[in-house]
Amino acid sequence: MSSTTVPPARSGFSPSEYIICLNGIVWREALRFLHQRERFISALVRPLVWLFIFAAGFRQVLGISIIPPYETYIPYEVYIAPGLMAMIQLFNGMQSSLSMVYDREMGNMRTLLVSPLPRGYLLFCKLLAGTAVSLLQVYAFLVIAWFWDIAPPTIGYLTVLPALVLSGLMLGALGMLISSGIKQLENFAGVMNFVIFPMFFASSALYPLWRVQEGSPMLYYVCLCNPFTHAVELVRFAVYGKMNWVSLAVVGGCTVVFMIGAIIAYDPSRGLVRRGPGGGEA
Amino acid sequence: MWRRCLLTGMFAWLAAAAPASAFVAYVSNEKGNTVTVIDTDSWTVTKTIKVGQRPRGIEFSRDGKFVMVAVGDDDTIQMIDTKTQEIVDTLPSGPDPELFTQDAAGKTMYVANENDNTVTVIDLEKRARLGDIQVGVEPEGMAVSPDGKILINTSETTSMAHFIDTATRQIVANVLVDSRPRFAAFKRDGSELWVSSEIGGTVSIVDPVKHEVTGKVTFEIPGLRSEAIQPVGIGMTKDGKTAFVALGPANRVAVVDGATHKVTKYLLVGQRVWHMDFTPDEKYLLVTNGVSNDVSVIDVAAQKVIKTIQVGELPWGITIAQP
Repeated sequence: MSSTTVPPARSGFSPSEYIICLNGIVWREALRFLHQRERFISALVRPLVWLFIFAAGFRQVLGISIIPPYETYIPYEVYIAPGLMAMIQLFNGMQSSLSMVYDREMGNMRTLLVSPLPRGYLLFCKLLAGTAVSLLQVYAFLVIAWFWDIAPPTIGYLTVLPALVLSGLMLGALGMLISSGIKQLENFAGVMNFVIFPMFFASSALYPLWRVQEGSPMLYYVCLCNPFTHAVELVRFAVYGKMNWVSLAVVGGCTVVFMIGAIIAYDPSRGLVRRGPGGGEA
Repeated sequence: MWRRCLLTGMFAWLAAAAPASAFVAYVSNEKGNTVTVIDTDSWTVTKTIKVGQRPRGIEFSRDGKFVMVAVGDDDTIQMIDTKTQEIVDTLPSGPDPELFTQDAAGKTMYVANENDNTVTVIDLEKRARLGDIQVGVEPEGMAVSPDGKILINTSETTSMAHFIDTATRQIVANVLVDSRPRFAAFKRDGSELWVSSEIGGTVSIVDPVKHEVTGKVTFEIPGLRSEAIQPVGIGMTKDGKTAFVALGPANRVAVVDGATHKVTKYLLVGQRVWHMDFTPDEKYLLVTNGVSNDVSVIDVAAQKVIKTIQVGELPWGITIAQP
């Protein structure tokens, strides 16, 4: 039996202490990412398969229409690129959460949670670290896509960054919230199926919403309510230096809600999930 | 000293930031019986002018004072004053005028009358008909050689490019090209004549001296059957290094190397892309998309479609000049 002594919470910490904590968590996530080359490769291969194979077969899906933010007709590959960027972040957010379940199973999480810094801050650092990793993956994807003639305006590579940060935070927070309710690593596969695929397919990532509306008005409303749709649209507009205010509000709002939910869920005294005897980790 | 440098820098910055010279584009809408006016600075429609029935061929007069538009079902050519943007006069064409061209001085106009198998010669100063030249069936494409000595007319059903001596107004040679030739364009140096064949799916390169087809531009777009590739309008840069060919229902404009005659790129535009014209500075090329009722703007240097602008019903022809 191991015992963990949680130091009494201090009322205030210096900024440097916060930075040391952030640095440690980000560095750990970066090291883990660098050591898992397969993860990086698979994170790239997944969207590229969609881009090169799926897009080739589904060119007619887009039809002939000009949809904002585009100002002219675009090939299907160009249309799905922002959806694939968000997909990278969706998978990364879930994988990052997967690592939390792993950490909890292996006991590594205790090391993190014994930190005297506020629990919410620790989780936020973890979220930032996951988002930073997802940004690396997205930009690597954009470099490869450039060779495939998917070249947004040069300034778009910069203007998309804040949108990617926000969508990365939202998807990471969602993953964190979900991971808090998973006791064992094995259960996570089911959640992947029940969360990732519905979120991805019931969104504007692969087909424009006007097309969805033509096929099923009901599904159209489901897509509209899906935060992932708004993450995709936020990224899509940002790539062309434009702002989609509705998507910004939805993504920003969801980030806050998911983050608060995750903080509550990871609080042993108020957790959403029933803990084992003593309130420790399962 | 530093103030002078600052002032010079500010002027340089202002000059660089100033918008490019604005041109004005006139688009004939075949079904809408209108001409749409587009400002090429803001890329917005500034006016829609009601014209006669079935407007197709459209071109600025050489002095830029008028835009002339062939209104086929009214059997005439209407003149739009570019200042007032109103129809001020008509020119006497034959029945069902479709496309026309002018000599370099802008004194003589040649009109292809689709339903009459003739080309009408018009004196633009007197606005009077000088005579008709009998050509093949369904005449359409028109071009004058850079030296002004030869007029080209393509006849759709005869599948020929007729070489007409502008002095004698006699046909001096006929060159057989692929089926349904729609448009003809000379290279600026007069070394080559390009003729697009809608049904044949090719652009024939003709030697204007030997009157022989010396090569052909062919097109292949993955995922599209060959029947959907129907070359019509041609736009060639002044240096002759690059040509753009509208491919009709393929919804693409092909970028063709002027020297090798090979397609280097296909640009996605609207539905049934038909005719095109460059802005005078050759920075942009505007193409009409008949079925999707819009005009796509191509950045010539980047070879990219940057914008698409909604116009009237069934846009057909386009002409651009300084306002």
